[in-house]
Amino acid sequence: MNMLMRFNKKFLDKGSNVCQSIKNYASEASFETKPFRLHKLESGPSTHVSVTKEDALKYYKQLHTIRRMETAAGNLYKEKIVRGFCHLYSGQEACAVGMTAALRPQDSVITAYRAHGWTYLMGVTPLGVLAELTGRQSGNARGKGGSMHMYARNFYGGNGIVGAQVPLGAGIAFAQKYQNTGGVCLALYGDGAANQGQIFEVYNMSKLWDVPCIFICENNGYGMGTSAERASASTEYYTRGDYVPGIWVDGMDVLAVREATRFAIEHCTSGKGPLVMETFTYRYSGHSMSDPGTSYRTRDEIQEVRQTRDPLTSFKERILNANLVTADELKSIEADIRKEIDDAVKIAKSDKEIDLHELTTDVYALNIDKEIRNTTPFKPLPASNLGPAINV
Amino acid sequence: MILSKTNRISLHKVSNFFRLILPAESQNICRHVHFKYYPDTTSKIKGETKEMNMFQAINNALHLYMEKDETSIMFGEDVEFGGVFRCSMGLKDRFGSRIFNTPLCEQGIAGFGIGAAANDVTAIAEIQFADYIYPAFDQLVNEAAKYRYRSGDQFNCGKLTVRAPCGAVGHGGLYHSQSPEAFFAHAPGLRVVIPRGPIQAKGLLLSSIEVEDPTIFFEPKILYRTASEQVPVEYYKLPLEKAEIVREGTDITLIAWGTQVHVLLEVADMAKEKLGVSCEVIDLRSILPWDIETICKSVVKTGRAVVSHEAPLTQGFGAEIAATIQEECFLNLEAPVARVTGWDTPFPYIHEKHYLPDKYRCFFAVEDTIKY
Ligand SMILES: Cc1ncc(C[n+]2csc(CCOP(=O)(O)OP(=O)(O)O)c2C)c(N)n1
Ligand SMILES: [Mg+2]
Repeated sequence: MNMLMRFNKKFLDKGSNVCQSIKNYASEASFETKPFRLHKLESGPSTHVSVTKEDALKYYKQLHTIRRMETAAGNLYKEKIVRGFCHLYSGQEACAVGMTAALRPQDSVITAYRAHGWTYLMGVTPLGVLAELTGRQSGNARGKGGSMHMYARNFYGGNGIVGAQVPLGAGIAFAQKYQNTGGVCLALYGDGAANQGQIFEVYNMSKLWDVPCIFICENNGYGMGTSAERASASTEYYTRGDYVPGIWVDGMDVLAVREATRFAIEHCTSGKGPLVMETFTYRYSGHSMSDPGTSYRTRDEIQEVRQTRDPLTSFKERILNANLVTADELKSIEADIRKEIDDAVKIAKSDKEIDLHELTTDVYALNIDKEIRNTTPFKPLPASNLGPAINV
Repeated sequence: MILSKTNRISLHKVSNFFRLILPAESQNICRHVHFKYYPDTTSKIKGETKEMNMFQAINNALHLYMEKDETSIMFGEDVEFGGVFRCSMGLKDRFGSRIFNTPLCEQGIAGFGIGAAANDVTAIAEIQFADYIYPAFDQLVNEAAKYRYRSGDQFNCGKLTVRAPCGAVGHGGLYHSQSPEAFFAHAPGLRVVIPRGPIQAKGLLLSSIEVEDPTIFFEPKILYRTASEQVPVEYYKLPLEKAEIVREGTDITLIAWGTQVHVLLEVADMAKEKLGVSCEVIDLRSILPWDIETICKSVVKTGRAVVSHEAPLTQGFGAEIAATIQEECFLNLEAPVARVTGWDTPFPYIHEKHYLPDKYRCFFAVEDTIKY
């Protein structure tokens, strides 16, 4: 843990040095976003958005860190150091970064298995993410969860069962309301998951009880090998809550996503109940590392998105052209990130796995049996707890 | 991309689609399996045979069935392209609209299948992984299992078969490794069947589709590619009501299904060599209903029994078998019935090999039971 903190601190210090060395540039800039589309809403957010230099640098760092971290994760998988399943977020970075920019300390988030980027944004170091992937003990869940299962304060995880996290999000949001925290919950799911029945059950419950839940469909065009059109009778995901108002946003534009999320939070906290938000985005990699991702879509399609809509490139161009930041500043951020990720990869590779006895921890809070039944006959393993939990 | 390097089976040039979420390394034959595969050489089915692994045998069964029964349909997530494990390869080309992709909605898939089956359509549904069958649990347990009974057989959904890949695969972690057979074995009205290899898979699947009861057919996913046999090419069925004695013996009865049968076969070899003990190994095949007679006759003969499965101990199907053995064979038993199973924890991401009831743990149980 100490090591993780040192890691983070070192990096943050460097980041702030960068900021101090800059002079004579604009401190804020404004841009136009693509129009938002609205469902059962009288008005939406302004398409005229602005960003301060400080925030621009922060978003850039976050976008770039996720991209770099995912590339590292992909490589670790190819080296067979990451096993099992590994779903990359590359291409979708602006969604999570934009939403995080609008979050307040009392808000919470729950998502599916494409969780690496979110985990980092919610406060876990890249090492915590990468070592979880390699199943090592400096992993965020001590290597017990793997790619799909990562957690942080106000971040209820990484979930493997498609759609299952969405009702949880409604419950988390209800608890916010019940406990008067003023917070909302972002419940994220994909275009494929959008067809699970339980999502419609909680649209209804949330609207019925004015639950401050933002249902967010990250529409990346595909659910595994099936395109959105072939799985969904309506691909206007932001309208699929019917009586729940909705908003569509360009998920490749970090500022548009931030604006839409601010708007959604405002909507939910003003007592109007839930909102559905669709972020229109794209995933560059295959569904998971074992999917080359090219048998159900063309390479040209992927190339075109990379060239015309990439969330990193477009944001970089914007803030450079507006003279908000300098190329050197961005380069220095990139260099720091490269170093941080490279260092994290090294530890994620060399760190130890947890000891066998940790495999039998945390099945129950209160263990009636001293030992877990039927572990090994040679060496029974105790039932015990790691704790304390961070969510309660 | 990475797969092409590790994938040694290049005989079958097919789309990469099946690799969608199958972890790359599990596709690499023999490198990560925790057991030795014992091919079925005693098959009594006559006629021409062809070398097939388990996904090919299942695929072959589906082709033959859909050819024979024009009312049959097959559906599930991404099955048009062959599905994650390739079991439905080529069906779309051959049978067109009778094969279709569903959206991602397991409860809907199951309920839809029950309705279609109730209206005289042979419905073969695929749930992508057994771990994802739980959203469909209600439909299967409350609707499928009870339709015949509650209507006095005015209505039933006997034409429903649900296929789902189950079991450990090396590194599937919490949600790609489970063996949920015992959950369904608690629902009278359902059938639950699990094959141990290609020949069995084909014959048992055809029986499962034909039998007039809703059937859940769990396919141990590690066998799809690791298990290869000379499979009869004709249409044939294997009995659902009979367990199979895969090796005869006199001193102790070892009972399993699916992949675990192979673990016990190796244990039988070890026991013979190291302890001079003769093991009778039985593949249960059908978990519900199950063949009490074959099991109990064997235990009456041997006086000892070990049951093994990947699912956790508590309330695993081994519990039912052990209870029945003690009831039926009480006076013949020389030792308590032993169970060797997965731990009473969720299926772990790391240290999988320790979780699984491997040959050493099973051997230890055999030794213990013999020396009791
Ligand atoms: C209940 C359930 N069914 C099936 C799966 C297998 N599966 C995992 S991800 C996925 C596709 C989901 O697509 P989408 O919701 O669009 O999310 P994306 O992968 O695009 O982020 C499928 C079918 C699962 N994990 N859980
Ligand atoms: Mg998607």
